[in-house]
Amino acid sequence: MQKYIIKRLVYLLITLLVITTATFFLMHSLPGTPFDEDKISKLSAEQQRQVYASYGLDQPVYVQYFKYLGNVFQGDLGTSTLYSGQSVQGILAARIVPSALVGIQAVLVGLVIGLILGIVAAYRHNTSMDYLTMVISVLGISVPNFVVAALLQYFFGLKWGLLPVAYWESYACSILPSLALSFGVIAQIARFIRTEMLTVLQQDYILMAKAKGLSPVKILLRHALRNSLLPVITILGSITVNILTGSLAVESIYSVPGIGSLFVDTIKANDYSTILGLTLFYSAFYVVVILLVDILYCVIDPRIRLAPSKE
Amino acid sequence: MQNIELTEDLMAPAEMDEGDREKISRPTRSAFQDGWIRLKQNRGSVIALVILLVLVALAFLGQVLTKNNYYDTNYSAILQAPNAEHWFGTDKFGRDQWARVWYGTRVSLLIAFVAATLDLVVGVTYGSISALLGGKVDSVMQRIIEVLIGIPNLIIVILLMMVMPAGIGTLIIAMSISGWVNMARLVRAEILKLKDQEFILAARILGTSNKRIILKHLIPNTIGVIVINTMFTIPSAIFTEAFLSFIGIGLQEPKASLGVLINSGFQVINSQLYLLLIPAVIIVLIMVCFSILGDGLRDAFDPRMRV
Repeated sequence: MQKYIIKRLVYLLITLLVITTATFFLMHSLPGTPFDEDKISKLSAEQQRQVYASYGLDQPVYVQYFKYLGNVFQGDLGTSTLYSGQSVQGILAARIVPSALVGIQAVLVGLVIGLILGIVAAYRHNTSMDYLTMVISVLGISVPNFVVAALLQYFFGLKWGLLPVAYWESYACSILPSLALSFGVIAQIARFIRTEMLTVLQQDYILMAKAKGLSPVKILLRHALRNSLLPVITILGSITVNILTGSLAVESIYSVPGIGSLFVDTIKANDYSTILGLTLFYSAFYVVVILLVDILYCVIDPRIRLAPSKE
Repeated sequence: MQNIELTEDLMAPAEMDEGDREKISRPTRSAFQDGWIRLKQNRGSVIALVILLVLVALAFLGQVLTKNNYYDTNYSAILQAPNAEHWFGTDKFGRDQWARVWYGTRVSLLIAFVAATLDLVVGVTYGSISALLGGKVDSVMQRIIEVLIGIPNLIIVILLMMVMPAGIGTLIIAMSISGWVNMARLVRAEILKLKDQEFILAARILGTSNKRIILKHLIPNTIGVIVINTMFTIPSAIFTEAFLSFIGIGLQEPKASLGVLINSGFQVINSQLYLLLIPAVIIVLIMVCFSILGDGLRDAFDPRMRV
């Protein structure tokens, strides 16, 4: 177990190093400069040189690369050029709160609704309730999250005027983006729980519970759900990916001042250091979640051994 | 119950020609034909397949049905609602939305198919080389995959899109660079499972060449996995393209793809909802149909489902 975790941690570091390196050199092969072209061309050659020097951009690329790596290890992600003067880690820290709020709400809503749909569908297998759940889950997986976000904005925000859109002032502003993101989560969870429950409901111990005369609710919640819930951990990884990619579009649509919209903005502005920092952040988040999911799964379900035993 | 009296003369051995005994009574069916027959019994998959074929046909024929094309602007007819002249209305430059939608569908499908094919070629080659050579080569190739699998695909695609010039080719390349890993893993697992089975051993004992074993035994037996995975790759490629175009780093106007159309529809969502709705419905139809078809194929090719 320990050996396995150490091995995984080494891979994790290699992965992050590869990503950082690839992103760094990709960014530096970009056409254009990270500065506003109109403004920078008005400066004299000497001033231009000074601006570049202040961001360390006047040095050869490989020197910049090793400098950057060294800084990253000390937790310094550099300085943004789009938001001039601010440090990337500072911007990240400020932006992470709205993103986390929206993301966590989306996962919770998705989990609760998905669970209910999945349980009902399995319990009423092959009835209209079951088919309805299947339709919802197929749609939830197939409708792109930016389409969901756009339609929710149209109906709830513009047509019915129920909820605020496109600004970020109160808690109410976080409802629509969370709902838009939760759609895919609902679909994934409902589908997964339904399949798991169907298998579990055919086990002997369920028959046993019925024979003992337990109430259906008790059987479903105490016996069936408990055993179907475990494998949900395995799809946490793909749910995270869903939320991450979804946040890029959904945050831009609703003007959430989060990490997703920051990423989209900085991409359009060639802000090297912020893009690098964000890529690193996203990748680190992703690989850590996947590692945690694997470890958690092994800890919870003793039947699964991560590393093949030698005996 | 009816009582039958059993007499000695009923017990005579049946007459049978020696040659008849070895005769195969049913025509032999390959795994592929078998799967196809079972797929046809699945109503959902058949409907999905028909809808997909209709969409593909419209993507190619939609242009022929109208005299308008996707790039001509007409400033005297901007933002029209669907009417007899413009079946899906017009956009903010007065371009015919019907022509643009089907052109966009064609571009999206093209990108998805080419990206899926590249995934398939790279993934199948990588996976089968890794599985067949085994040993050190396999473990090095697997370590590379383990690193790649930790990279969030979309981030890499976005970065590549920024560096390379915008266009269809770039989109395809960017998506293929990160997309093949899954296929490679599946094919490797499948071939590893197959290569130690008895029928491969039997083929080797009979002196079959390596090339023939790969072509005649291994690939036909992995084709189910490959086809199914492709069915899931295509919708995800369509999604990725639409997503990139939506956040503004995919294709650029006046080129159209479903993502570009949804993006420009979104900008006028308050007044012209249909500009967003029509391409959105088409993209959803494509993705739903591919995922139903994929599920159907998985059932059809699963030997445990055989009746």
